[in-house]
Amino acid sequence: MKTKVAIIGAGISGASIARVLSKYENLEVHLIEKAPDVGWGVSKANTALIHGGYDDDPEKYPMRAKLCIRGNRLWHQWVKELEIPHVWNGALIVALKEEDFDELEKLLERGRQNGVPEMRLVDREEVFHLEPNLTREAIGALWVPIVGQIGPIPAVIALVENAVANGVKTHLETEVREIKVENGEVKGVETNNGFIEADIVINAAGLYADRIARMAGIDYFEIHPRKGEYWIFDDDVPGPKRVLFPTPTPISKGIVVTTEISGHLMIGPNAQDLPPEEKENLATTKEGLEQVWEGAKKLWPQLPPRSKVIRTFAGLRPEPTGGDFIIKAEEEVWGFINVAGIRSPGLTSAPAIAHEVAGIIENSLGIELKEKEKWNPYRKEITHFFMMRPEQANEAVKKNPAYGKIVCRCNNVSEGDILEAIERMKFIGVKTPSVDSVKFRTKATTGTCQGSFCRPKIIQLLAREYGVEPWKVTLKGKGSEIGIGDVKALLRGEEA
Amino acid sequence: MEPFPQIPMLSYDVVVIGGGPAGMAAAVRAKELGLNVLLLDENDYLGGILPQCIHPGFGLHYYKEELTGPEFASRLARKLVELGVEYKTAARVLEIKNYSDLEKVVIFTSPSGVYQVWAKAIIYAAGARERHAFEIGITGDRVAGIYTAGEAQMLMDIYGVLPGKEIVIVGSGDVGLIMARRFALEGAKVKAVIELMPYPGGLARNVMILRDFDIPLYLSHKVVEVRGKGRVERVKVVKVDENLNEIPGSEFWIEADTLIISAGLVPSVKKLKKIGVEIDPATGGPVVNDRLETSVPGIFVAGNSLLINDLVDYVAEQGELAAEGAKEFIEKGGIESKKWIKVEKGENVRLLAPHYLSGEGDVYLYLRVSKPMEDVELRVPEIGKKMRLPVVKPAEMLRIKLKAEEIKNTEKLTVEVVKA
Repeated sequence: MKTKVAIIGAGISGASIARVLSKYENLEVHLIEKAPDVGWGVSKANTALIHGGYDDDPEKYPMRAKLCIRGNRLWHQWVKELEIPHVWNGALIVALKEEDFDELEKLLERGRQNGVPEMRLVDREEVFHLEPNLTREAIGALWVPIVGQIGPIPAVIALVENAVANGVKTHLETEVREIKVENGEVKGVETNNGFIEADIVINAAGLYADRIARMAGIDYFEIHPRKGEYWIFDDDVPGPKRVLFPTPTPISKGIVVTTEISGHLMIGPNAQDLPPEEKENLATTKEGLEQVWEGAKKLWPQLPPRSKVIRTFAGLRPEPTGGDFIIKAEEEVWGFINVAGIRSPGLTSAPAIAHEVAGIIENSLGIELKEKEKWNPYRKEITHFFMMRPEQANEAVKKNPAYGKIVCRCNNVSEGDILEAIERMKFIGVKTPSVDSVKFRTKATTGTCQGSFCRPKIIQLLAREYGVEPWKVTLKGKGSEIGIGDVKALLRGEEA
Repeated sequence: MEPFPQIPMLSYDVVVIGGGPAGMAAAVRAKELGLNVLLLDENDYLGGILPQCIHPGFGLHYYKEELTGPEFASRLARKLVELGVEYKTAARVLEIKNYSDLEKVVIFTSPSGVYQVWAKAIIYAAGARERHAFEIGITGDRVAGIYTAGEAQMLMDIYGVLPGKEIVIVGSGDVGLIMARRFALEGAKVKAVIELMPYPGGLARNVMILRDFDIPLYLSHKVVEVRGKGRVERVKVVKVDENLNEIPGSEFWIEADTLIISAGLVPSVKKLKKIGVEIDPATGGPVVNDRLETSVPGIFVAGNSLLINDLVDYVAEQGELAAEGAKEFIEKGGIESKKWIKVEKGENVRLLAPHYLSGEGDVYLYLRVSKPMEDVELRVPEIGKKMRLPVVKPAEMLRIKLKAEEIKNTEKLTVEVVKA
């Protein structure tokens, strides 16, 4: 008899848990997600950092302090196994005034307590050696070489692909409406797509983890969204080599200046607390973006002209009551495990969270986990034309001419890349064709022109491969259809 | 010398990058001049943007008759085929390398693979891209229903998709106005055209569209925010003062399901920048001499990659000129001049090209003014040249012919547009 596990939420936490649990012979794992694709909640919009684990106070936030550094170490291994785009470029927490060193000393001490290796304070001379274009006001920094960056949604996609390859079942566009509990034990989840039986329910629902917990009768915490806004610049704008933080204040880690993994200068986030009901408020604001601009300028004075902006966006961090991650088996409902309030550094901590959950299943629920004889830890990254040398491209073209044909001219994404993305969408159960699903897998539409040349072509490919009319293809799921019908629909008095 | 022994090699006198009107005209002319030419275009069909411009208004100068975009494109394409010009579609240039004056390499990919082409000269005619919503500072929700004008045009006129039914258009340039008409003709309600400047941005004949279809035009206004869940639901508009600053309290919302951004074009010159081609910040395109040669010898540029043109006729004309330049470059091993005459911008001239003249032949100067004026003279004081114009607008490109004998004895030229 297999123990049935339902994981609610296919973000970075849920996907990591699914991957780790897919190792075990005696578990049947179901990954449930209300969005059309994986990683579209909190995981979608954040700073994409693998943090160093030096800034969480183990007294105040023991879970964060413990899991961040463990997560960092695990990511070093996971990005290789799963071929997740990444860069380990290290971070500088920059001092602009003498007093800042007091704070940096504290961080250094805390980092040592948390087990962060290789951190040290660097002086003015060395800080410019590490980052030549930093503000001339800098007088030194805390250097944390283990900091890195990954693609957060590519990471979720990689995890889910690997989990599915190891037997996990996905249920996309599936919204949990009720959690069935009998005699203090979970029995399963009621969804818009029917009942999913489960002995263990893992609540990794991000911003909605409080709502899901309440469905199981657990109401000791609330999640409120904290909005952060970002700017991304064109790839011909020079950015820093390292991740640059200001010295943190008691309120905030501060606005980061970094060159994200695709080579674009990115600045952000600010922090704006929203009421708990505004969990869908992802709108950028003029005020928020200006705040980010001013903040970033302090570390990186040579911000480009506004005409070099290619995108602005906002993300929401799920802030829990108390501020620490809530990761535990709830005693009053046997089988219900909360993985809630996974705010920053959630992306970093995700692999450690997943192992923590496996530990909880064994230790708190007393289920002995039996490893599969054949578990595949590896997953191949999608083909990216822009990563191939010309002779490799010619090998690929021999098998499939679509790999030689560029669709997204800004990022050199080929038709072959896009067709492979669509295949992989289908592999993990994506039912509604969307441009965003292609974008997150291939980087198409994310360049200088923001998709104005290639989006119509991608829509055609999605329409063909999914067998739908092109106007029914969506940008990001139902309700975001590309058009209202064929070009004569209104004249005929029809509307799709 | 063969830096890419792993990939197939081709060799031509000249490679033309871009199969729109500038590139096709360049390839045709180059072939007529006896050059061995290859034209590369990334689309599945030749013509560039023209095949999706199904409205008339093309060709009055070049063909002396009014054509639609597809008609203009097909005439050039037919000529190209008749002459036996070699071309590849679905061929995207990945990189340009400049080894020496007569040794250049273009690397491109296509459904038959990645190739390197050695050429003595390159004519770059890759067109322009449109400015998008993020670039013009629009905040709010990132939802479906926000398109650049060209993207909406491609959806409608190449792929047969109607993007929406209640439309707000940002920008009253020609492209925005033509899309306003296009949507209206398909039965959509165009609720407003929003223009940042105090005057319309398009040609007079296109501004007429607004009256014909009863479409409100808001001058000195901008769209600052979009809100919606999956799709655009409403857009926030605000009035601006003479310094283009937002006027507090003047905000209002327009309900619409579609926002079309037509906020100007930017020459696509990233690949040229990478090989050190000097860019003119005013045009956004390369600094060129009167053969349309860039600061890198043997690299020529034409069409909207040179500067944003208002008429396709000028684009095709530039293509031919670049081809003639390439011919001279290849034959003489370089474009020579006894002295380069620098052309400078005077009063009310926002941008102009070419930037340097050899004085050895007749030349067209293309320029745009900064602000609209009535009853003016376009003057080149150094040579006493004057041209009377009843009205000038930033939307309309001015073109003036200078004869070789007029300019050959000058050191520099200034072009100004002043009250007559």
